[in-house]
Amino acid sequence: MIYKRDPKLIRNVLGNKVQFILGDMACVYGGLLAGCSFFGGYPITPASEVTEGMARMLPRVKGTYMQMEDELGSIAAVIGASWGGAKAMTATSGPGFSLMMENYGFAAMTETPCVIVNIQRTGPSTGQPTLGAQGDMMQAKWGTHGDFEAIALAPSTVQECMDFTIEAFNLAEKYRNPVCVMADGEIGHLRERVIIPDEKDLEIIDRVPATIDKKKFIPFTDSQTRKSKVPDFPTFGTGYRTYVTGLTHNEKGFPATDKQPDHEKLVKRITTKITDDLDKLTNVEKLYLDDAKTVFVTYGATARPAESAMEAARAKGKKIGMLRLKLVWPFPFKEIQKLAGKVDKIIVPEMNLGQIVHPVREYAEGQCKVVSAPKIGGEMHLPSELYKYLEEK
Amino acid sequence: MKEIKTADKLNKKYLRDGMLPTIFCNGCGHGVVLEYTFWAIEELDLDMDKTVFASGIGCSSRLPGYINADGLHTTHGRSIAFATGIKAANPDLDIIIFTGDGDCAGIGGNHLIHAARRNIDITVIMINNFTYGMTGGQLAPTAPLGSIATTAPYGNIEHPFDICELAKALGANYVARWPVTHPYQPIKSLKEGIQKKGFSLIEFLSPCPTAYGRRNKLGDIKKHWKWYDDNTILIEDYNKTMKYGTDEEKEKIKNKMQIGVFQDIETPGFFEEYEKLVKRLQDKQSKGGEK
Repeated sequence: MIYKRDPKLIRNVLGNKVQFILGDMACVYGGLLAGCSFFGGYPITPASEVTEGMARMLPRVKGTYMQMEDELGSIAAVIGASWGGAKAMTATSGPGFSLMMENYGFAAMTETPCVIVNIQRTGPSTGQPTLGAQGDMMQAKWGTHGDFEAIALAPSTVQECMDFTIEAFNLAEKYRNPVCVMADGEIGHLRERVIIPDEKDLEIIDRVPATIDKKKFIPFTDSQTRKSKVPDFPTFGTGYRTYVTGLTHNEKGFPATDKQPDHEKLVKRITTKITDDLDKLTNVEKLYLDDAKTVFVTYGATARPAESAMEAARAKGKKIGMLRLKLVWPFPFKEIQKLAGKVDKIIVPEMNLGQIVHPVREYAEGQCKVVSAPKIGGEMHLPSELYKYLEEK
Repeated sequence: MKEIKTADKLNKKYLRDGMLPTIFCNGCGHGVVLEYTFWAIEELDLDMDKTVFASGIGCSSRLPGYINADGLHTTHGRSIAFATGIKAANPDLDIIIFTGDGDCAGIGGNHLIHAARRNIDITVIMINNFTYGMTGGQLAPTAPLGSIATTAPYGNIEHPFDICELAKALGANYVARWPVTHPYQPIKSLKEGIQKKGFSLIEFLSPCPTAYGRRNKLGDIKKHWKWYDDNTILIEDYNKTMKYGTDEEKEKIKNKMQIGVFQDIETPGFFEEYEKLVKRLQDKQSKGGEK
């Protein structure tokens, strides 16, 4: 059966508007609201609840759920489903994310919209399966071979798990690129109140389908119907007879593997289609940045203890602020450049040994001090631990 | 009167403009398999707007590029998993996969196993040339014992993988193996496989004179084709000899590759069952049962 998004049915399956649910489950809700009609998954802690939630709910909204044989198969089926016309997603954690890297690059190279939820856990290797971390933030950007542009969101609350999964689908469809929701075991396994947005408040973006004359259609070039570097999408079975390959290809989609300009033209288009829109994509939360002299730059779970430390310090009259990156990739470097020119010190708390601190330091360009505040081992920072960084000179 | 078909006419109809010449060497069997596939498609009168060709990596995986239809040229070994997703999104599409022995039986073995077990409604055409041809002749999981490869310079000591027996054991609905040397049986099998609901696997024994033949005294294509005649036996003949033959006759055929149709059954596939599940849940929901 070919899926058609049925808002009434989806809301009937989701139930009450206000609920108290797991972060993992909120990713399921977000997917269903966005119109996800194919989910391919493989069990892995702490992301299994996403897969289980999809197994329960997706057939009830007439979508297709499949437990694949491994994570390689999950992401492959997701990309295939997307070419078949579905909005498709998978969910995993560190080891599975590592296994998906080859096809993550394939999705970028073939401009396939799809969503990967990564409920991060500690690593390397098997690490601490039930404990959260933020160790895959750089992998989302650099994990696949070659040049491409990542899009990744990092939720700090259960509500954001839902909202950012919807947003991830919208960005995937708009830019025809894989999009990661980089949650973590802390948020994924946290229960919080969520409010399901009403249909009228929901923005749902669908890929632009190819509509022009089949003989004139060029599948891998700037859109022929809009001013955009994102081509219109020739869904399989609609008669466009498109050849899709992970090889470097020309505008027609044919392999063009031996000439430098062909590769440069293709890869520059599929990266700049995203970076050109950096200002539109940038999504940050700013707290007390008007007067702050020391600021936390945070994302995901670590924003929570950082906010507590900030509030405690402000209660004592210290001028502390916070910049929270809701969208981590593409990196909002202009925000960092601006901020670094205004403040004395930036502190970057992360549940890894220091990842996002590197682009922060790069774009601070020596204008202020940049300090990494790492914590690993599956425990979140305590506000008191972060408070100490505020007292250091 | 019915129009007489020729290979030339089929090529004009089904080949994609602008993709020729192919990457294939002289004597390669991939073009032969493509031609047989065109004959089968023509006789089935498949709608090429509703047929998708998928593939992984390797020489045989380049075939979808030459066909004027939707094609998904994926990563090494993963085409069957990609195809599963395409079929899930749009069950109205016919999906045909071209894959090689390395792509399908080596790196992609897990996806093959589970798609066959789930009886996913796709047709896998595995072109077995006993080698990794594109990368220059490394040892493939299907290579005969004793054969020479760049990574088995002193002769292969691994037991070859019989993919048809595997697919049969997993309950695939249609399983057949043919050498490329005779057209009629494989074209018939291709038609039956494509039409079959559920998982179909058609294996072709196909020469690679460049990467395999040269190293195994089969560089001359005539010798290579003769090798198939000398080393294969129809399943029916094999079974008859094994049941009624003398010890001497049995000894003569026991290491030959069996060819023919291994399995032809009608077990319901994954998506048929899934549709039933969705319907069951909708019925329950409309009665207010499932919450």
